Amino acid sequence: MTGEAILELRDLRAAFDVRRLGRKLRLQAVDGVSLSLGEGEVLGIVGESGCGKTTVGRSIIRLSPVQSGAIVFKGTDVLAAHGARLRELRLRIRMVFQDPYASLNPRRSIGDSVAEAGDINGAFASRADRTKRIAETLSAVGLDPTFAGRYPHELSGGQRQRVGIARAILPAPEVIIADEPVSALDVSVQAQVLNLMMDLQEQLKLSMLFISHDIGVIGQISGRVAVMYMGRIMELAATRPLLDDPVHPYTRALMNAIPKPDPSRRISGAIELGEPPSQFERPAGCVYAPRCPLASERCARDVPQLRAVEQSNRMVACHNV
Amino acid sequence: MLAVRDLTVSVGPAAKSVDIVSDVTFSIDKGEVLGLVGESGSGKSITSLAIMGLLPTPGPQVRAGRIELDGRDITELQPWQRVEAGAGRIAMIFQEPMTSLNPVLRIGDQIAEAVRVHDGTSGRAAQERVRELLEMVRIPDAAVQLAAYPHQLSGGMRQRVMIAIALACRPQVLIADEPTTALDVTIQIQILGLLRELCDRLKMAMLFITHDLGVIAQLVDRVAVMYGGRIVETSDVAALFGAPGHHYTRALMDCMPGRTSERRLRPIPGQAPRPGTIAAGCVFAPRCAAARDVCREASPPRIRVADRHEVLCAFPLGFGRSL
Repeated sequence: MTGEAILELRDLRAAFDVRRLGRKLRLQAVDGVSLSLGEGEVLGIVGESGCGKTTVGRSIIRLSPVQSGAIVFKGTDVLAAHGARLRELRLRIRMVFQDPYASLNPRRSIGDSVAEAGDINGAFASRADRTKRIAETLSAVGLDPTFAGRYPHELSGGQRQRVGIARAILPAPEVIIADEPVSALDVSVQAQVLNLMMDLQEQLKLSMLFISHDIGVIGQISGRVAVMYMGRIMELAATRPLLDDPVHPYTRALMNAIPKPDPSRRISGAIELGEPPSQFERPAGCVYAPRCPLASERCARDVPQLRAVEQSNRMVACHNV
Repeated sequence: MLAVRDLTVSVGPAAKSVDIVSDVTFSIDKGEVLGLVGESGSGKSITSLAIMGLLPTPGPQVRAGRIELDGRDITELQPWQRVEAGAGRIAMIFQEPMTSLNPVLRIGDQIAEAVRVHDGTSGRAAQERVRELLEMVRIPDAAVQLAAYPHQLSGGMRQRVMIAIALACRPQVLIADEPTTALDVTIQIQILGLLRELCDRLKMAMLFITHDLGVIAQLVDRVAVMYGGRIVETSDVAALFGAPGHHYTRALMDCMPGRTSERRLRPIPGQAPRPGTIAAGCVFAPRCAAARDVCREASPPRIRVADRHEVLCAFPLGFGRSL
């Protein structure tokens, strides 16, 4: 990261209590995550399902309960904010969700959905100002201002996601948390929306936390990437070094498993990589140890801390590298 | 093994029906894997359901074309008629195994049921075959897994169970419709490896449907690219990635993230066509950077640009310039 941190997470923990067959179980979704997002930076969080990446994103705007740790936005303690202060924070930190179908109210016009944050917070000087701001915001995301009068069912997936982005940027936020924003889109449309997000990020000088399971997408948009597995960060590095030369055994397995559009690298037969253990039976030491080819006795016992390796800014949580 | 000729599927009443799959032609040899790649709405799933005889009624219907399995015409046969007529065996697996498995039956009983239907055996012989199928799909701890209910298994294990059930009929052709799309990549690669191994070992033909060009490149032998209900390009996999002939294929490869060192991606402008909205000419013409007037007026020819490489385009990439 370069420059001032705009958002900082310190040792964040989040858990959910679930009932299974009458037993109360605790699911540790996030288990000690520390990250800082620089001003104007795009930080990617990548990981497979259940790794806790979504919970991290939702915790920041308090959509998801936090067990312990700290979230600091420009010197403000986010976890201590309530009422009006929390509402104000939620205008400065905005979220873009994965499913543009589920996140838009089908009975509200696009204009009303886009203006919602402004309506709630009395941001518009007049009716005319409101109409003007909606039109400007729709144009900024590449939609014709006449879309304001339409309804979600009249829009394609890509157009709906543009509306989702318009809703997020209307109150001129400083931070965007984008949770799988292009995962529901076909690749040709996905490229349009990714380009739009990159343009807006530069024009509006947004800081962005970009959460995705797709390394290709993350690699395109992020400057740095954090790799999560079972609630912890395994590796954190600048995008190019992380993609070209992963160090953590999990990151390496992940990179190798991604199908690449290169017919010279054929899948020829059985591949055994194991599966992650149950969320309710977390390994005592390194969470990746049960699947790791390098695992030693120590890995089963001690939790590896995220530490700097080499001379670079790369951080790795592994005893053996 | 499987040959599809000029398959056309349409929806709506006969007078004003709309084609959602048009003139689809391809064939798959023994032990060969054909990848059918396309974006949502391109017609790839409808094609596979038509081959299986699983098109819902009322709904889309096969309007023209032939489906041949091992030389026999099965176009008109319902699934059960195919079994009775001994007209060959096709099995299918889907994206979400949870919706295909019965949630209140143990895994072992569900596999045994498939064995009973296809082999007519029960008791010890059936159990023997179930164990053999589990080994084929590499499910460890067979005894524990057989007693489990679907919700107790991971997504990867459920898909292995579905493959075991599909294999129970000793299929000559396996149709796999996005079988790994819902899985994480470290699980996906294991399932892909398993499917490839089974095709090679059992000399089973596979039609593999996906939207993921990465999966196509690493898994399949031949590729058919679908767009707007038509197959716009067919090729061996190496030739396709080496020198795509159709402008859509090229554009699709270009807009994949992570392939370019450029900051901006190169999206395909516009949106995929809705069925029935393309009146004349090439389906891709409205989004094609190389489209000329003739592309919007006349249906494009199917041009053989190389051996085993056909492109549905009047001006294929890298072809004809030297003429």
